[in-house]
Amino acid sequence: METQALIFMVTAEVIITGLTLYFFIRVLLTKPKGEPDSYTDTED
Amino acid sequence: MATNNEAWGSRVGLILAMAGNAVGLGNFLRFPMQAVQNGGGAFIIPYLVCFLLMGIPLLFVEWTTGRFGGQFGHHTTPFAFHKMNQKWIWKYIGVFGIFSNLSIAAYYCYIESWTLSYTMHSAIGTFNGMTQHGVADFFTNYLDISTTTTGIPYEAVVFYVFCLALNVWILSKGLSGGVEKAAKIMMPLLILFGIFLAIRGITLKAGHEGALFDGVVGLNFLWTPQYDSLLNPKVWLAAAGQIFFTLSLGQGSVQCYASYVKKKDDIVLNSMSAGWMNEFVEVVLGSAIIIPISIGYFGLDKVMELTQLGGLGLGFRVMPFLFEQWGAILSVLAGVSFFGLLFFAGITSSLAMGTPCMSFLMDEFKWRRGSSAVAFGVAVLVLGLPTVFFFQEGVFDEYDYWAGTVSLVVFAMLEIILFSWVFGIKKGWAELTAGADIKIPGIYKFILKFVTPIMLIAVFFGSAVRPVNDDWSKISFRGWDLHSESILGQMLHNNIGPNKSYFSDAFYSEKTGVVDSVYVLRDRNYIRVTDTTNAVKTSTSFEYKAKNQLTVKIGDPVKTGDILYTGGKINKLFYLDISRFLLTLIFALIGFTVYYAYRKRVRENRI
Repeated sequence: METQALIFMVTAEVIITGLTLYFFIRVLLTKPKGEPDSYTDTED
Repeated sequence: MATNNEAWGSRVGLILAMAGNAVGLGNFLRFPMQAVQNGGGAFIIPYLVCFLLMGIPLLFVEWTTGRFGGQFGHHTTPFAFHKMNQKWIWKYIGVFGIFSNLSIAAYYCYIESWTLSYTMHSAIGTFNGMTQHGVADFFTNYLDISTTTTGIPYEAVVFYVFCLALNVWILSKGLSGGVEKAAKIMMPLLILFGIFLAIRGITLKAGHEGALFDGVVGLNFLWTPQYDSLLNPKVWLAAAGQIFFTLSLGQGSVQCYASYVKKKDDIVLNSMSAGWMNEFVEVVLGSAIIIPISIGYFGLDKVMELTQLGGLGLGFRVMPFLFEQWGAILSVLAGVSFFGLLFFAGITSSLAMGTPCMSFLMDEFKWRRGSSAVAFGVAVLVLGLPTVFFFQEGVFDEYDYWAGTVSLVVFAMLEIILFSWVFGIKKGWAELTAGADIKIPGIYKFILKFVTPIMLIAVFFGSAVRPVNDDWSKISFRGWDLHSESILGQMLHNNIGPNKSYFSDAFYSEKTGVVDSVYVLRDRNYIRVTDTTNAVKTSTSFEYKAKNQLTVKIGDPVKTGDILYTGGKINKLFYLDISRFLLTLIFALIGFTVYYAYRKRVRENRI
């Protein structure tokens, strides 16, 4: 694989994978807001 | 009578359902084709720019519109738009948000049923030992609904109805009990299958398992940046179009899902998480399956030729044959993974198409969830059967063009004008950022107000007047020839050859060349014309009935417009215009229902 293509691919894929993981982990780590919220599973 | 008290079970469930809505067949079939047809690496830069400047802003707009409407009990776009601006026109523009879902579901569920059928055929080893032509013929047979590949009569119709019934069943279980549960099971499986196939694609080695080239040859082509592409309008139009499809924008389903989120809860982080998850599936996984594997076996030139079949053609006519080269066990695993992931991608999207239609009936007419799901299923069946029975006559493509392409662009263009200019960017921004768990860069206020609307208007007008051969230097005040796929070109039937009447007594050749074959295939008669003037011979077969009389014989040269046979003939144009009439009728019917629902709300003092 050509160096230029490899750099382009790795850069784009690392950024996209990184941001996907970052946002999803932020969702998992964010504490739920107080009731009543939008989600039935967090109801007391 | 029932009230619409649907709700999401969990935040992760909502994000997976929203990502499932976005991740569709296009991520694996359309994106790689677009990339190949637009110069490989030439495509990726405009694609990513369009994602940042058009995709993300539109995600913000649609999530905000949905959550805003939901506060007033409006879970669909007609009344959400009405709440944003009281002018009568907006609720009728909102009709697109129901119309597109219903019309797209009609043909989308058909492709979904192919993936289900192919998963089964891969699992039971139907493709074992088949040649490449055998696999391609299998698909042609499958689409010809009068033939059967399993012994089940009208197999394609049976799978279609089964697939639709499955959608209705899941939808009838509600948002948290049906849609969300399906997304929580299917999305992780889809990603798992995708990773397995991507690893196989990238690690494909020349000389092993019949491969001629390494899998990285395809990746190399796909990822070599070509900076001159940034000046090519064709590439930009293709990239912008792909962003619409991949994020399910301009459709009304994002707004509907978001309408069940309360104002104090976040939509910014949610939309980013779902949007980037879609990009991961499309760019990281989608680019590493079809292209590396097919280029590994056929080489770049042949794959460029095969992409003329479109993503569906490559996926269904070619991929099962390539998987067969991997041995008995791996071929089954790869086939089930590939068509299984396509099925999961498809059904999580079609469920999102059903939700706005159901929500409208539940909001406005107090229908129960089960009745609304059945009503959606029946409407899709009635609207979808023409695409099944008259697939070869172009009905499927006509639905896809008008409902699945043009409508999305028009709707997205109008909704961002409503959000940024009519509702106002100040109010819009406040609605968007209320309850946000992350901060949006301030530049997005400017992008939402100016950049995205200008880009959408440019995409719409560019698509409307696209010149033939994509030669934009030909645009002038004196006029120019339209591309057959431009909106105006399609309206004027520029892609239709000399057979420009619904019914005729003679069929005219749509190609110049030599009649080189008259043959019977699966009880159907064909006459084939081959163009021999170019180095690459291209053939086109025209079907005729036994009652028709041929006016040419093998070896005769023919020009476009010469009579090939006489006798009664219903031309393709008839089916295309009937499709357009059907779609227009559906739009008008939904518009009338919105009017009726509005009058009802006024009477009941609920508006």
